[in-house]
Amino acid sequence: MDLIPGSCPRCCPCCLRLLPPARPATMGLELYLDLLSQPSRAVYIFAKKNGIPFQLRAVDLLKGQHLNSEFLPANSLQRVPVLKDGDFLLNESVAILIYLSIKYQTADHWYPSDLQARMRIHEYLGWHGDCIHSTFGVSLWAQVLAPLIGIQVSEEKLKHNRAAMDRALQFMEDKFLRDKAFLTSQQVTLADIMALEELMQVVVLGCDLFEGRPRLAAWRQRVEAFLGADLCRETHSFIWSIRELAANKKLPDPPPEMRSRMLLRIARIP
Amino acid sequence: MGLELYLDLLSQPCRAIYIFAKKNSIPFELRTVELLKGQHLSDAFAQVNPLKMVPALKDGDFTLTESVAILLYLTRKYQVPDHWYPQDLQARARVDEYLAWQHVTLRRNCLRALWHKVMFPVFLGEPVSPEVLAATLAELDVTLQILEDKFLQNKAFLAGPHISLADLVAITELMHVSAAHKPVGAGCQIFEGRPKLAAWRQRVEAAVGAVLFQEAHEVILKAKDTVSLADPSVKQKLMPRVLAMIR
Repeated sequence: MDLIPGSCPRCCPCCLRLLPPARPATMGLELYLDLLSQPSRAVYIFAKKNGIPFQLRAVDLLKGQHLNSEFLPANSLQRVPVLKDGDFLLNESVAILIYLSIKYQTADHWYPSDLQARMRIHEYLGWHGDCIHSTFGVSLWAQVLAPLIGIQVSEEKLKHNRAAMDRALQFMEDKFLRDKAFLTSQQVTLADIMALEELMQVVVLGCDLFEGRPRLAAWRQRVEAFLGADLCRETHSFIWSIRELAANKKLPDPPPEMRSRMLLRIARIP
Repeated sequence: MGLELYLDLLSQPCRAIYIFAKKNSIPFELRTVELLKGQHLSDAFAQVNPLKMVPALKDGDFTLTESVAILLYLTRKYQVPDHWYPQDLQARARVDEYLAWQHVTLRRNCLRALWHKVMFPVFLGEPVSPEVLAATLAELDVTLQILEDKFLQNKAFLAGPHISLADLVAITELMHVSAAHKPVGAGCQIFEGRPKLAAWRQRVEAAVGAVLFQEAHEVILKAKDTVSLADPSVKQKLMPRVLAMIR
């Protein structure tokens, strides 16, 4: 993996998964990511868009690599994304995004220094944690991940999830977006990329969340236009292909330790 | 009109905000919103927060919801001592990391533990099934282990050598489960068998001040009795929201 911002990462030709770097680790910023994961994508897209130089450490969640200290530092929370900056290890996408925005002095609009503007982002992220994160991951679990271990998510749970997504999108439009260009201000912030990546997790399965929601659809176009088509394509290429990969049996067979975790996660679907 | 804080000390995030504001002598008008009386469902409160949840902050024309946002706002606006949310990039990142992690882990599990163990039996008049309770407590246990092993480790406080927003948010969550069992006792004594966490709790309480700590937790200490006295029609109105909250 080279450090030149904007260049395409190495991808496995058969499944489009990101490949780990060809050379051993060197000093500098390292980001441990799996582009299967929404928060991983948010961090990736932010770092790339802002030309932040980093070593990509690809972690394949489906293979359980996040549980293996060969792939992910053992003293992490064993989830992605993880940031390593010299000796400093940081978990949690929001913490990582804030850290990067401050350390690399990204453009103010991402995480404004104005107090009220900045707090609107935290306000959005608080609600996002309750109502967007997890909720918008259920479809992928139901359609791709649970079937990998032979589990079917009940129609009742899916119906419940569709209603929850509906309510969340309505609230996103009515309380956050309203008549603004972006969720918390007239410019793109950390909130928008966190939101976009969660919604993409459903969109890639062929579900048009934006149907009948012209304001949200326009917001999505604006975010993607700002990020740039190339960067969006690069970041989303794996997740866009996931249904096909599953259908062609090209996704890994999760190892036993992953199966038990997946079962727990599936059981938690309300 | 100065700073207004819409709180119910029954709620963990509300307690964290209350303690923080009081500890730092931030002048505010307390607007108590009694959840068990359904006051958060009123039209008047919906004007403040359309999500009808506490906590909420009103500072002149500026209204803010979500506890982490409110804590950070107070931190910046009132220029509190640095240790609460350090300027140092990496020290601050540690606090951000905890605040992000706790949202769907400790917070969710403490809420579920309180409701499954204490509140539902009173609210519904019947205990929750042993399987559900056992599963809830098991999840809480895992979360507490992560809290000790990954966050606290051998430090005095969660994010470093001094108390920060992380500790306030954490302690009010843990007290949610622990305090509700007094004076009845039995069951969910989370500090028992966890000397590291118990020692941390003492340090947090000492740093906050015993009087303030006690004051903030008075309401949750009486929660079980308050719930049993709640109006049945209000209970009925609250049930769907409670169930949604603890999913």
